Amino acid sequence: MLNRRDLLTHAAKVAGMLAAAGLLPQVAYAAFNAPAFEAKTMAELMKVLGGSTPTESKDVTITAPDIAENGAVVPVSVATALPGVKRLLVLVEKNPSLMAAMFEVSDAVDANFTTRVKMGQSSNVYAVAMLADGRVLFALKEVKVTLGGCGG
Amino acid sequence: MADPMRIRAQMAGDKATVRVLMNHEMETGLRKDAAGKPIPAWYIQDVSAALNGKPVLSAQWGPSVSKNPFLQFSVRSAKAGDKVAVTWKDNRGETRTDEATVS
Repeated sequence: MLNRRDLLTHAAKVAGMLAAAGLLPQVAYAAFNAPAFEAKTMAELMKVLGGSTPTESKDVTITAPDIAENGAVVPVSVATALPGVKRLLVLVEKNPSLMAAMFEVSDAVDANFTTRVKMGQSSNVYAVAMLADGRVLFALKEVKVTLGGCGG
Repeated sequence: MADPMRIRAQMAGDKATVRVLMNHEMETGLRKDAAGKPIPAWYIQDVSAALNGKPVLSAQWGPSVSKNPFLQFSVRSAKAGDKVAVTWKDNRGETRTDEATVS
């Protein structure tokens, strides 16, 4: 006899097969911090990552265009000159998942990264620095998007 | 096998600026195809870099990083001739490593 759990497992298996190229469950990658990427708000995210309440700081810089014509490709730079940075995060406030990228900073690299993100709509973009002493500092910039990057 | 990355590592002062262009679809899992079926998520989750085999950077990415992602970072105490290797791994478990020499 099938109970609800079995049914769900079967449903999941079928869904998995349907998903053409064999999607593997997230669980298979222990190193990947899936909950952090599912967080919707800064408070949720900090809970997952174990950070304190973020404060705005001039020591963290974010560089992004004022107006992004194409939301699918928005260049974003995050940087800080502060010593003892553990992590640098790139967050897009109104995206389906708040966090876009998380960089683990080692002594061998500068806390300065440039990448390109997708933005569904105009939103604030955050650079968040998590320091070794427990402080969490951020900088934000509003980016206006004329054409969303998550459509379809 | 996925297409190769393009990596350029150049000295700027005492640091090496590394620019990486990866070839990846970076599907969010939120889009639908023409028939209205959701396109499964397919994106790079882990990115790491090593200088002469020694890890210097690791990062985790979500689906909101753009298609064919670009990444720029600086490696301290690098010198010309050093090898910079960049590795990514996506949510299907596929992985790719490419290497460039600092110039």
